[in-house]
Amino acid sequence: MKRSGKVWSWFWMILGILYFFLPLVATFIFSLRAKKGVLSFLAYEQLFNDSAFIKGFSYSILWGVLTIIVGILIFVPTAYWVRLRAQQFRTAVEFITLLPFVIPAIVFVFGLVRTFSHPPFLIVDSPALLVAGYTVLSMPYMYRSIDTGLRSIDVATLTEAAQSLGAGWGRILFQVILPNIRVAILSGAFLSFAIVMGEYILAQYLAKPAFAPFLAYLIQQKAYEPAAATVISFALTWACMGIINLFGRGQQTQIAGGH
Amino acid sequence: MTTLNSVKRDAPKARPAPPKFSWVWLGVTPFFLFAFIFLIYPSSNLAVRSFQDTKTHAFTLQNFGNLIQNPNLINAYWISIKISLITSLGGGIFGFFLAYSAIRGGLPPFMRTSLMTFCGVASNFAGVPLAFAFIALLSPSGVLTGWLRAMGYNPYFHGFQLYTFWGLSMVYMYFQFPLMVLVISPAIDGLRREWREAAENLGSTTFQYWRYVALPILLPSILGTMILLFGNSFGAFATAQALTGGSINLVTIMVGAQLRGDVLGDAGLGYALALGMVVVMAVAITGYTLLQRKSERWLR
Repeated sequence: MKRSGKVWSWFWMILGILYFFLPLVATFIFSLRAKKGVLSFLAYEQLFNDSAFIKGFSYSILWGVLTIIVGILIFVPTAYWVRLRAQQFRTAVEFITLLPFVIPAIVFVFGLVRTFSHPPFLIVDSPALLVAGYTVLSMPYMYRSIDTGLRSIDVATLTEAAQSLGAGWGRILFQVILPNIRVAILSGAFLSFAIVMGEYILAQYLAKPAFAPFLAYLIQQKAYEPAAATVISFALTWACMGIINLFGRGQQTQIAGGH
Repeated sequence: MTTLNSVKRDAPKARPAPPKFSWVWLGVTPFFLFAFIFLIYPSSNLAVRSFQDTKTHAFTLQNFGNLIQNPNLINAYWISIKISLITSLGGGIFGFFLAYSAIRGGLPPFMRTSLMTFCGVASNFAGVPLAFAFIALLSPSGVLTGWLRAMGYNPYFHGFQLYTFWGLSMVYMYFQFPLMVLVISPAIDGLRREWREAAENLGSTTFQYWRYVALPILLPSILGTMILLFGNSFGAFATAQALTGGSINLVTIMVGAQLRGDVLGDAGLGYALALGMVVVMAVAITGYTLLQRKSERWLR
């Protein structure tokens, strides 16, 4: 590598680091300015004393956890079965799991609201619809993680071994396959969790309490609390990604949807 | 010949197995049911309605006719396409330089791992919190604005505006270039050192190496990933809504407004608007897939 090349490498790196960190540093500094003249954690205190924040935040956690559970229950058996027996469905299943990239989230929620707000499908007010919607949004990541996990184990042999010991399908799935791909599932789960925690569109248009709509509302009302909430949200994203990296499977990334 | 073939063939079965009904599909039924109810049916519902007359439900192309004749909506598509083009080009070029610097730029190896982690976080840190981070940085009362003002330079006196098209482009860049880094890295890894050595042994200059070796190999990946970035920003809604409060005329913002209350005054037109977005996205993702397949030849 020539010297001038190395200088350019550093130049791009430093530019990237600045672009990445400046907004975050600014938000953090901003969040400390709630008390005039001194830096303080007042904005955080006020935020945690705000019942609307607690409500939105805990609901988002609840939606995230439910999304992960529903995702595991639907996608693990499917991916397993496609690998073991139903190879002829592979193309169709993979095509469907990628559809959320093609249908923008705002169009997706448009479809949900227009479809499910008239009889005979009047379920637009049900929290189940929100969780189902989140499950759809997280499907590309969840399904791909699970499928990658299944690829790394010998599904057929494990299944035969379990069957010859007398295990039924439920036992095979949840006590043999699931523990073997738990790392892959966890990385998909944390990514889904990060997506749900930051997701605005679904909760906003299905009128359910969640963190991002609350933050959007707060931005219009206050100056310093939204900064504190943004810092928390960023820390949460970082934590989720850190956990995924810890598992050594940092290759997953969000491609479209929640922006 | 016949004898040769018959040797290769399996021995004929004593009794041909009766055609058995297969229950295999039963295992994937829950998935297809779920996908149909919550994804395919609602989406195709929009598509069907965009071809229907709002009152009579008869088949019509009128909604698309109205769409094409509505300068406001065409303008919305144009602004969305423009911001997606600019941020996919800008984010793509910046992201490529960044990834190349980290992988082949002679930097310490830990830089690469940290860059990948940052990019994983940044490409997922979007929407409302991202919008606010830039408000805290560059709004008139933002932190960087304050610093610059203290140094005697107020960007707002020099034509800078955060809540406009260019401000929003800058914010979009925050999730665009990290995605470029993440997706393009395997392609840069696939660029073998031997190729460069071979080119240099044959007397090529750096420019010639890039012009005749590296770029032709990387171009499908670069273009494909840029198309992916295009789709990524074309479908973005929350960031723009939170930053500008909906004052910028993107297609996603128009769809959002139409969903809140029929602002177009024509339900069919809204469905056509939404379907148009899906068509643009489908073209983009197809282009990405085709180019990605083309570039895979070199990544073995």
